[in-house]
Amino acid sequence: MARKILFQQAINEALDQEMARDPAVIIMGEDVVGGTGADGEMDAWGGVLGVTKGLYGKYGDRIMDTPISESAFVGAAIGAATCGMRPVCELMFIDFLGVCFDQIYNQAAKFRYMFGGKARTPVVIRTMIGAGFRAAAQHSQSLYPIFTHIPGLKVVIPSSPYDAKGLLIQAIRDDDPVIFCEHKALYAMEGEVPEESYTIPFGEANIVREGKDVTIVALARMVSYAQKAAEALAKEGISCEIIDPRTTSPLDEDTILESVENTGRLVIVDEASPRCGMAADISAMVAQKGFDLLEAPIQMVTPPHTPVPFSGVLEDLYIPSAEKIEAAVRKCVEYA
Amino acid sequence: MAAALSREDLLEAYRRMKTIREFEERVHVEFAKGGIPGFVHLYAGEEASAAGVCMNLTDEDKIASTHRGHGHCIAKGVEVKGMMAEIFGKRTGTCHGKGGSMHIADLDTGMLGANGIVGGGPPLVCGAALAAKMKRNGGVAIAFFGDGASNQGTTFESMNLAAAWKLPAIFVAENNGYAEATSAKFSVACGDVSTRAAGFGMPGVTVDGHDFFAVHEAMREAVERARRGEGPSLVEVKLDRFYGHFEGDNQNYRPQDEVKNIRATKDCLNRFRDRVTREHDISANELDAVDAEVARLIDEAVEEARAAPDPQPADLLTDVYIKY
Repeated sequence: MARKILFQQAINEALDQEMARDPAVIIMGEDVVGGTGADGEMDAWGGVLGVTKGLYGKYGDRIMDTPISESAFVGAAIGAATCGMRPVCELMFIDFLGVCFDQIYNQAAKFRYMFGGKARTPVVIRTMIGAGFRAAAQHSQSLYPIFTHIPGLKVVIPSSPYDAKGLLIQAIRDDDPVIFCEHKALYAMEGEVPEESYTIPFGEANIVREGKDVTIVALARMVSYAQKAAEALAKEGISCEIIDPRTTSPLDEDTILESVENTGRLVIVDEASPRCGMAADISAMVAQKGFDLLEAPIQMVTPPHTPVPFSGVLEDLYIPSAEKIEAAVRKCVEYA
Repeated sequence: MAAALSREDLLEAYRRMKTIREFEERVHVEFAKGGIPGFVHLYAGEEASAAGVCMNLTDEDKIASTHRGHGHCIAKGVEVKGMMAEIFGKRTGTCHGKGGSMHIADLDTGMLGANGIVGGGPPLVCGAALAAKMKRNGGVAIAFFGDGASNQGTTFESMNLAAAWKLPAIFVAENNGYAEATSAKFSVACGDVSTRAAGFGMPGVTVDGHDFFAVHEAMREAVERARRGEGPSLVEVKLDRFYGHFEGDNQNYRPQDEVKNIRATKDCLNRFRDRVTREHDISANELDAVDAEVARLIDEAVEEARAAPDPQPADLLTDVYIKY
């Protein structure tokens, strides 16, 4: 049986292997080492959740703590990328995009186009997404649609340890700026991951489960919820196909449309807010390009249009659940 | 010291300053005629700063510029005809007509881009300086910014990061007294921008931006310090712009005759001419010859830009990504 490791170990291994392979790969972020300038241990934290732990011991100054200055260090990663480095920069929580967004969407995203095709900005911004940690409204968001909206950025959202490693290696080798979203509730997920280095191309969805009655498109943590729902529905005789796009930019429209061609029914599960989110975007795409394939209205399973609440009672209501996915699938199937 | 500058250096410095002046005066005229789309922000009057800084640099060194970026581009060696075509929005432009005045960049000459965002450049310069430091190539990176951007958080963050990481970065605050239509006397609460250097643990100095030699000398020290691995510096260059914030600005926030007086008494090109003809064995005839060459170059640049083809419709969709 293949080796099993945690999602966060898969991320660490991808970084480790790429740093070993290419001296241009460097890492920067808040406490990605931890302990810089202090009198205690170095590599004290290895990232706020320990994801980069151990890399300092191997790569020394190629992994750098920063002041809490997201604009400066995200911009520095971008500037270094234009000068021949391949920085992997950690924006601790995606919620912090508000204090550095200009550098990402007005600078990195636009260099290639604005400069007439002459710029090359191979930067990766790793960032945590997602609710479920009782971390409240400013540390729990799934803001990837905002980045997906920006031409010039690529947006990657892995749902398993295997995908996390292969997609991160691809992101580091990619010559365009990449936003790499890691759902914090997935770090402890275990899965089979090859020890050797490998890449997963962007824009190729993963068919997580094959089925014939309903297509469920899901991202990040929602993929495992969709699997749980599909198991339960299978017992009722409803066969679900689960598609994980893995990247929202580029988006593998063909795989989604082919699946809908087979099932005629579509449920989209997205932890992002419902307005202008991925569920709405994919709905619109299928309505435009696959209207004749549909036998029932598209169902969107998303949180309500509210900030993420703190109380566990409320947060559990906020996050899409397997039960809500099941209900949406039944609604699709029962549509006359 | 001026002694560090050879006759050839001085003639080259003059050529760069004169090229910037002619370029900007001509863009002013062409804009008024209606040939240039969008927004342009002219650098005329500030030439001693761009030239004084960039005469200390090599192609390996990087600069990031501002919305008022034509002068920095020319001083760093970006090809003038491509720039003019870019400003006219033509396919032969530096950025194939897809950037325009505010986004001229030429990575081959170390020009990381003009910038439409006030304070957009300093973080990028930290990265350019970091790359030089990690490659150990002796390179430095310069962030040009104005008195307006001197109040942006990105600039503060970048100065602190550059000091914390001891980067070979130099922050050049071009203080022309106005952020758009608001006076630096009001908006820069500490008076001189250079005094802020103390807050970031780096040297800071204010120099007369009408004097090429003053700028060049201050930058020489800052660049040498950065190349020695001793970290960043802040150089504030006090100067004046001859035109408005943008072309079309009626400048009613400036006292009447302010620009007229500046042109009459503080023109950096006149000062440079006076000094080099007096002290450096350079004749007025030699400088006049440079003037004539520059005038021809700018004439050709405008003629060629006017005649150049527009971008093609298919160009709309290219170069968003390297691969998608």
